[in-house]
Amino acid sequence: MIELRDVTVTAGQFSLQQISFKVNQGDYGVLMGQTGRGKTTILESICGLRNITSGEILICDQNVTDWSPGDRQIGYVPQDLALFPTFSVQAHLEFALRLRKRRAKDIALRVSELSNVLGIDHLLKRSIIGLSGGERQRVALGRALSFQPSVLLLDEPFSALDESTRSEMHVLLRAVTESTGVTTLHVTHSNEEAEALANRRFVLHDGVVSEAAQVV
Amino acid sequence: MPFFLVMGGLSSSFILLIVLLLAADFIFISPHEFKAALLKPEIQAAFRLTLITCTVAAVMSVWVGTPLGYLLSRYRFPGRWLVDTLVDIPIVLPPLVLGLSLLILFHLPIGNWQLEAWLRDDVGFPVTYRWPAVILAQFSVACAFAVRTMRVTFDQIDPRAEDVARTLGCTRGQAFLQIALPQAWRGIIAAATISWARALGEFGPILVFAGATRMRTEVLSTSVFLELSIGNLDAAVAVSLLMVAMAVVVLLLLRVLGTGLTA
Repeated sequence: MIELRDVTVTAGQFSLQQISFKVNQGDYGVLMGQTGRGKTTILESICGLRNITSGEILICDQNVTDWSPGDRQIGYVPQDLALFPTFSVQAHLEFALRLRKRRAKDIALRVSELSNVLGIDHLLKRSIIGLSGGERQRVALGRALSFQPSVLLLDEPFSALDESTRSEMHVLLRAVTESTGVTTLHVTHSNEEAEALANRRFVLHDGVVSEAAQVV
Repeated sequence: MPFFLVMGGLSSSFILLIVLLLAADFIFISPHEFKAALLKPEIQAAFRLTLITCTVAAVMSVWVGTPLGYLLSRYRFPGRWLVDTLVDIPIVLPPLVLGLSLLILFHLPIGNWQLEAWLRDDVGFPVTYRWPAVILAQFSVACAFAVRTMRVTFDQIDPRAEDVARTLGCTRGQAFLQIALPQAWRGIIAAATISWARALGEFGPILVFAGATRMRTEVLSTSVFLELSIGNLDAAVAVSLLMVAMAVVVLLLLRVLGTGLTA
């Protein structure tokens, strides 16, 4: 569950005032709105990468407003993916698990499971340099899901993909989120994407987030 | 065509000046005189001390310059502009003034206490007019170049990856060590080589703060000065050519590693 209660966040001259909305446990919400209106700022605030001025952020009914990003148990895929240039595909999938000091056997099992689901098992030893756009998306998604987060945040992750790869990723993402039951908030401009994936739709307009008609 | 003539003409005048300077040195001294000068025990001691002090100063510069360059690149904090300006002061300060400032710092009495006296009497590690002063004088300038190089390096690395690493469970320190630092390896090599080269050419602060005692605090740059002061022009030119060769090796190393001189 993701809930924002009267969140105000300021970034330079730009600010969002008293934003409130809630994505229920296991729901797939999309957040839509015009470019430059603060959708990414909202995601960064939920992640803890941007300090909020006032209000509360709740993840799974816990107030995480003052928690560090690493303690919030959020898988985050930014628009530019922000993969680690010096890492292999496998190292990306292992990274969060190693930070949590999981046993080597458990890490290997999780990486194997995740790479099979995402269809990147043949890429594990490869560097991320030279991967296609779709492959990079899968790695970023795998990295975000590797530690089984309670919440997944996606910031226009498919905007740079061609239509056919995007459709493939929609199918994959839907399958993964349904099988894991992870609560998801996905920022997108695409109505098609919203219809393909979401069961809750939110719109950011004039600094206010409102829920649009239920999609599914 | 006139564009290339004007631009090429202006550019080539500087290149020509450097080539003529080097050619004049090479013509001035015979291979026999060159070899004889470099075999002098004082010059060999200066060569050894130069290698050691430049290397230590470069390592110290990278050690300090990397975190400072990272902080200046990534964070907006109160007084950042002041820190940014202070870092440049050793670059713009006249070398003799820097040496004099170091000398005053170590000998300034604060009540009954004095830094140099404390280091000498209590710590057992005197600095002024000894080899540690050579390193400190070199470090004072070289570190400023290392900070600049590392700042440019981190400016060119996307901070988003470090942000994502923090959402995955990294602390800021882990994100720096595991994500940013491995991406900065070319910048680190560039900072080390630039610092080393800068330390090699340091003269003014060393002369004032460490002195120019033969076989003790003499480095190659002070060798040139000492040989000139006793009228031994052949040895001065030989040492100069040796320093040119060392600088060329460093610059070639930079090129081979593909780091470029971006700072």
